[in-house]
Amino acid sequence: MGYVKLPIGPQHPALKEPENFTITLDGERVVNVDIRIGYIHRGIEKLMETRTYTQNLYLVERICGICSYAHVYNFTQNVEEILGLQIPKRAEYIRTLFLELERLHSHFLWLGVAGHEIGFDTLFMYTWQDREVVQDLLEMISGNRVNYAMNAIGGVRRDVSQEHRKKVLESMDYLEKRAEFYKNVAINEKTILARAENVGILKPQVALRLTAVGPTARASGISVDIRKDDPYASYLDTPFEVITTDTNDVLGRVVVRVLEIVESIKIIRYLMEHLPEGDILKKAPRKIPEGESISHTEAPRGEDIHYLHSNGTEKPDRYKVRTPTLANLPATAEMLKETYLADVPIIVAAIDPCMGCMDRVLLLKDGQEKPGELISGEQLRRYGIKWYAERGWNA
Amino acid sequence: MERIDILLSIVYLLLFPGFLFLFAFSLFTEYLDRKIYARIQRRVGPPFLQPFADLVKLSAKEDIVPEKAEHFMFTAAPLIGLAAIFAAFLYLPIVSTTGLHSFNGDLVVVLYLLTIPTLAMFLGGWYSGNVFGQKGGMRVASLLFSYEIPFFLALLTPALLQGSWKMADITRFEATHPLEFVVSLLGFFIGLIALQGKLERLPFDIPEAETEIVAGPLVEYSGRRLALFRLARDAEMVVGAGLIAVVFLAGPEPILPLEPVYLSWLVAALVFLLKTLFVIFLLILLKSAVARIRTDQMISFAYQWLIPLTLVQIFIAIIVRFFGGI
Repeated sequence: MGYVKLPIGPQHPALKEPENFTITLDGERVVNVDIRIGYIHRGIEKLMETRTYTQNLYLVERICGICSYAHVYNFTQNVEEILGLQIPKRAEYIRTLFLELERLHSHFLWLGVAGHEIGFDTLFMYTWQDREVVQDLLEMISGNRVNYAMNAIGGVRRDVSQEHRKKVLESMDYLEKRAEFYKNVAINEKTILARAENVGILKPQVALRLTAVGPTARASGISVDIRKDDPYASYLDTPFEVITTDTNDVLGRVVVRVLEIVESIKIIRYLMEHLPEGDILKKAPRKIPEGESISHTEAPRGEDIHYLHSNGTEKPDRYKVRTPTLANLPATAEMLKETYLADVPIIVAAIDPCMGCMDRVLLLKDGQEKPGELISGEQLRRYGIKWYAERGWNA
Repeated sequence: MERIDILLSIVYLLLFPGFLFLFAFSLFTEYLDRKIYARIQRRVGPPFLQPFADLVKLSAKEDIVPEKAEHFMFTAAPLIGLAAIFAAFLYLPIVSTTGLHSFNGDLVVVLYLLTIPTLAMFLGGWYSGNVFGQKGGMRVASLLFSYEIPFFLALLTPALLQGSWKMADITRFEATHPLEFVVSLLGFFIGLIALQGKLERLPFDIPEAETEIVAGPLVEYSGRRLALFRLARDAEMVVGAGLIAVVFLAGPEPILPLEPVYLSWLVAALVFLLKTLFVIFLLILLKSAVARIRTDQMISFAYQWLIPLTLVQIFIAIIVRFFGGI
């Protein structure tokens, strides 16, 4: 057949969000991969400039449907940094609890998605059922399953009661057993091994050069974890280990995530057993003084960086988000080289992509990328009228 | 061959155990497949009539032939596939020792007819004018030999043991010599795995791997044509499982000489159904415990394991026959 170009996306069952991977195939072998992003840019950064800090708490949470809390944590940390506000210790612990619960449900979710990508739907159903346990905990404490609305500037909005603590600890015992089970499945199931071992190789030097972050980097033996490298929340108090493997392949990424589930469970246990007494919220002013702040956290998918520039009003002057998926995409293009078509979905899934969070605007002309060009709203309107007129579509 | 009058053979052909029965039984196995698969995955699964409702609804949907597709082949492919399977079904012994028609070599005819749906799948994908369809079609064609050879060879083992290519003889022989099952046990499992490949089910659903090439050959199919393809797939499962039940598990045998003769037919059909369902149950178990493998892995699996093991099985059969049989 010669070379065939196969468009994976923007609409494709392997991708849960629209992005385009154009794959050049020689039979079943991948010769070349072109990644094009920009299909679901939502303009959240710009939108944030039009809203107050309190409103932005809820907007920033909606950057991502999975690691929503990592984003809102970054946002509050930025604002509190500029305010010079020290939040109560109990609030800090509760925030850490949410960060870790989120990591748990994100990793369980990922495990299921990875199973689905290689056609192992039974694993998918099993992990998603266990994820419900975490979701129930989140709902029990915060009242919400996905966008918890837990944070306020200066603390958290809801307290963790004695019953909550008991229930969380009980659930952790169950989840630990399940994590053990999934570890056994991942390293013993023959068909999983066949699909994950030596697939999507990312060498440590390459991972560093291409700025891989999170579990993707850790599976290449690079010990990066913001929780350890630059501790935030109460990670300084809690004992845990940074998991790395040196297999550099998809299997390594599975193992890292499964072991991180176990570490998260350890952290949550510690937090619940050592939860300090005290307030959970400090009053914060509506107007934020002029200043800038940068905050990064270890979201379930990797390092999540937020930048805030305030100008002394109720609204931010500039807000900037860099999510881990964007950092991992160059490495993905590298991993996809010289693989089989069948490996493409699992390799892309192995970075745990969240396309909607990371998307950027690309300016295209005749299908080619071209340097950016700023136009005013009025110009855009005129351009729109012209565009429709040329096609005879005038109303 | 015994003489059956015309009315009876029309009933046989159209109602029981002919087309209508196959139609109903295929949908029932799809229900079982989905239900058991769901229960294993701790889901609820579909209600009993869901496969039928799906089929009806799909038939009523808009049926599109893409501009780039070859209209004739695109339409013919599902029909050819379905027709071949329905034809193959008529040869299976269900209510008595023979099917509608029985002769020396009918086993080979059924095996050949069961290959046609695969070819129909390839043609449908190839002529759909879609790059995913063509990729899927290529995969169908390139995987054909990796399961077809072990399937043929494994199913010929009982024939070798018995010395006849006639399914009626094979089932008769098995009913009287239960030890035969033990000797051909290896062949039974090879046949099962190869059938799983033939039906393009996990872990061999490579041609229509959803997350890779969307739906493979079926990607451009919609409405009636897709419904036909799906029906053909279900029927293929019944006929394939039925064939294994006949060749290895003695099909409807032992047939009890009951009075009236209808009663004995009914019991025979029930025995056949139970055996077929047992085979299908094994197929479902296999499906729910594995991930999809890659094309190259499937081919090397077939040539490194399945085919050598089949040859071992055939060797065993020859040795047993050489030393005077069972």
